[in-house]
Amino acid sequence: MAKVFIYPATSLILSDLVARFGHKPLGAALGIRERIQTAGVDSPPLQITPEEPKRGLKYAAVEVPSGVRGRMAIYGPLIEEAEAAIIVTDADLAFGCMGCARTDELIIFSLRQSGIPILELKYPSDEEEGVQFVAAVKKFLDGLPKEEGGA
Amino acid sequence: MAEYTPDYVGTVTKYVFVESPSMTPGELALRAYEASEGVLIKETCFGLQVTGEPDSVDRLVEEIRSFDPTHIFIKDRGFPPGDPRRCRANLGGARPGYLGHEREFRLLRYITRGLEELDRREEGEAEPAPPAREKRPLLDIKRLQELIDTEES
Repeated sequence: MAKVFIYPATSLILSDLVARFGHKPLGAALGIRERIQTAGVDSPPLQITPEEPKRGLKYAAVEVPSGVRGRMAIYGPLIEEAEAAIIVTDADLAFGCMGCARTDELIIFSLRQSGIPILELKYPSDEEEGVQFVAAVKKFLDGLPKEEGGA
Repeated sequence: MAEYTPDYVGTVTKYVFVESPSMTPGELALRAYEASEGVLIKETCFGLQVTGEPDSVDRLVEEIRSFDPTHIFIKDRGFPPGDPRRCRANLGGARPGYLGHEREFRLLRYITRGLEELDRREEGEAEPAPPAREKRPLLDIKRLQELIDTEES
């Protein structure tokens, strides 16, 4: 079972397909869950504390806005953990403020720099593209190791 | 600074989306309750949220998926159900994240079609030929005149 980072990190379709074809999807929910379930200082709504931008320094330079570094504190460890990635390049739902937008750019950049296998595709807009989309994801995931540490 | 004590520590929450012509979220919830074995289930307008120990949730979602494999979709959720920071009962309006789901929900029928097609291919069935487009005859001028006469009389 390979750990596959999904972008958009909140994608229902990618998360489902990765799990359906026998791998572990790495998305935003895992990072958020970890913070929500950890006791500490109350920092609603996402339990992003002032410590996060410091942790984000591992993934972004100090002159990068703290909003980006804070977000990277969630995504950075997941990208490090990932053994493969699936990126939907035309995801119009992955929009947001400048912090989100720049973080998204940094996520995609970091994934491409990491050297892990990456599948890039676009969301389907009709049934034929739907078949191609699912077939491409399945073919990509079938090529990843199923057993931990195996090939 | 207030102290934060988390609820549902060590649990996993997953969303279950159903986009099926033959199963409503209500029916899905009833069938899921039968197989729940202690897992917390919350029915929503789009499906369910299930919360519990990771192994129990994994077992349950696999069983739920088997009810209608190509029409049921599952993803992780960070927050437990009813969390006041996310629940729209406290915030008003759509829950944060709902609009993203709504956007992808419209594409699920294409994914369903893709999954069905792949299943068909794996079962070894020949790929069905696309239906030939019938060439519709053009409207004959005499026929048009007849139609006009019929309408006028």
